[in-house]
Amino acid sequence: MIARTPPHLLGIAGMTQAEIVDLLDLAEGYVDVNRAPVKTSDLLTGRTVINLFFESSTRTRTSFELAGKRLGADVINMEVDWSAIKKGETLIDTAMTLNAMHPDVLIVRAPDSGAAKLLSEKVNCSVVNAGDGSHEHPTQALLDALTIRRRTGRLAGLRVAICGDIAHSRVARSNIHLLRTLGADVRVIAPPTLLPSGIETLGVTPFVDMRAGLEACDIVMMLRLQTERMRGSYVPSIREYFRFYGLDYAKLASAKPDALIMHPGPMNRGVEIDSEVADDIDRSVIREQVEMGVAVRMGVLDALTRPVLEGAA
Amino acid sequence: MAPSTPSRVAYTNARLLDPATGLDASGGLLTENETIAAVGRELFADGVPEDALHVDCGGACLAPGLVDMRSQLGEPGREHKETIRGAGAAAAASGITSLICLPNTDPVIDDEAGLEFVARRAREAKSVKVYAYGALTRACAGEQLTEIGLLSEAGAVGFTDGVSAVGNAQTMRRALSYASAFDAVILQHPLEPTLASGVMNGGALATRLGLAGSPAMAEVILVERDLRLIEMTGGRYHASHITTARTVELIREAKRRGLPVTCDTAPHYFTLTEAAVGEYRTFAKTSPPLRRESDRQALIDGIADGTIDAVASDHDPQDQDSKRLPFAAAADGIAGLETLFSLSLDLVHTGRVSLLSLLHRLTAGPAEILGLQAGRLAPGLPADLILFDPDARWTIDPDRFRGKCKNSPFDDHPTHGRVLRTVVDGRTIFAISE
Repeated sequence: MIARTPPHLLGIAGMTQAEIVDLLDLAEGYVDVNRAPVKTSDLLTGRTVINLFFESSTRTRTSFELAGKRLGADVINMEVDWSAIKKGETLIDTAMTLNAMHPDVLIVRAPDSGAAKLLSEKVNCSVVNAGDGSHEHPTQALLDALTIRRRTGRLAGLRVAICGDIAHSRVARSNIHLLRTLGADVRVIAPPTLLPSGIETLGVTPFVDMRAGLEACDIVMMLRLQTERMRGSYVPSIREYFRFYGLDYAKLASAKPDALIMHPGPMNRGVEIDSEVADDIDRSVIREQVEMGVAVRMGVLDALTRPVLEGAA
Repeated sequence: MAPSTPSRVAYTNARLLDPATGLDASGGLLTENETIAAVGRELFADGVPEDALHVDCGGACLAPGLVDMRSQLGEPGREHKETIRGAGAAAAASGITSLICLPNTDPVIDDEAGLEFVARRAREAKSVKVYAYGALTRACAGEQLTEIGLLSEAGAVGFTDGVSAVGNAQTMRRALSYASAFDAVILQHPLEPTLASGVMNGGALATRLGLAGSPAMAEVILVERDLRLIEMTGGRYHASHITTARTVELIREAKRRGLPVTCDTAPHYFTLTEAAVGEYRTFAKTSPPLRRESDRQALIDGIADGTIDAVASDHDPQDQDSKRLPFAAAADGIAGLETLFSLSLDLVHTGRVSLLSLLHRLTAGPAEILGLQAGRLAPGLPADLILFDPDARWTIDPDRFRGKCKNSPFDDHPTHGRVLRTVVDGRTIFAISE
């Protein structure tokens, strides 16, 4: 028998348009499943999914857990203190230990960029990157894309602004790759200290003036700003950040009148987004993103455990 | 305005000097309320308007008021050394119509309240215009950036840590980067802090005096580093009070490469050398320290060719108690407001710098760096003017300074130039009594 590499979902970079659209189509089908009174299926009965989280996360872990359970898998949650995993060998030790228990899918969240890739090279099961450092968070980009597609019917040709801490954001990177691959016009808006050098080589247009950046945008994606970055190293203060880079109606007026507002959560109200805007029932799709998150993760687990899709992702 | 107070003033029979346009011709100037209404050679060919107050300049020079881009005004926190009112009066008598003060006060000007305080004190003094820099980092401690965006909106004309250098490269990089979003200029006190630990210029004289030297390279190294950071970030940068020949060269070259760099120096750096420290003369103790003759010559060349954009007083008032101390323990600083113009004019009299070029470094040059509506004789601009005689000879006597502190090394120094009248927003705030 030929040894086979199990399929992984480590990042959006490198995926083709067809692969992304297939995953979105698959996820789309699970939206209705999730809205039905009885949400369980037996697709993954007998399969084991391990949520291996080296970073505390409530919503992403819960979303993956629900996705696995609704597909009938056995889901185990492991939260590990990253400070105990400072060395690569220890991370690999952990992976090998889990590997010996024969899981089918390992869902990994880690504070170091490249951690999911490293793990995937050491285990025999599928690995899903649930966020690695400032690198990628592919299921977030997929759920964002699904949310947009269901609202506007398309992604190609849309003008999307991603605003905030671009430098440290895995959400930004995954979204940039996905949106560019699907033909959207992507802008990134941030204070210069949070715009990483060479960002334009990813095919996006950088802006430091938020109003100019939001000009005629269809979609406004806000990013969370970590509190430790707002104390004078990258940004002088919360109030200054909110004044110049927080999304309020005054700045939003530059975007299209029906522009959708997105946020990966959890939101810092009064830091990167005004509560009024965040709670705007006509334009904010922040709750819908959470709903799409479960559907997308069901689609991903489905795809990774299907023999026919092996190697596709 | 009461009917008896004319809203228009006609200045006739003047030598008009506008360094921004190169105008040097006899003519007249009309102000209306707070602004310049008209200026020109033949302005009053058909006579002075009837309703205007007539000022016959008697052939004296009429130029934009001086913009002094670096001064310490004592408020808040050091009112025993200087006050905004006192400095304003001294400035007015010395031809300065705009003063820009450093933020290293007590408390440091690192929030809107500090800027508002300075603005209020200036309003109360009703003298020259006073602007303030915002601190670049909180408490000028060199670590956390201040609210550059909000402070710019509140009137900060630039950002600096005053008499402290930003030594940390990452802090400077982020500051330049962040400030670029607001097109704010960052001013550096360019002395590499770990090298510039001495109390006078490093070299033979310091060795002979047994004083710790602060080498010229401390300035060169920091400016050189900052130029690399400007290349990385594109931020606007200004090197304050540069003192060495190598720094002039560096900036000349950086400008040739198109980097957004400007610089200034102060009269003591192009008038004196380290020799002025002589036998431990603390009145000549400054930071950066006075340098060598070759540096002094290079600074004058830099002023002449425009490499040095501005000449500032670097006014740093110190009381006797701060200066009458052993050299190393004495405070740095020279009270510079009242000698800024005359010591600068000396460069014209020695034939090294043309009058218009010199005036440019004192008016339009700094105004342009800071984005001030000042420094030009243009209709529509605020009527901030000086009338002066560039040739009058006098001898500096610090005891006769109007300002509170007399810490000047220039006692008995013969110099040139007398200010006859100073006008701010169309209003005469100083006129010499005949």
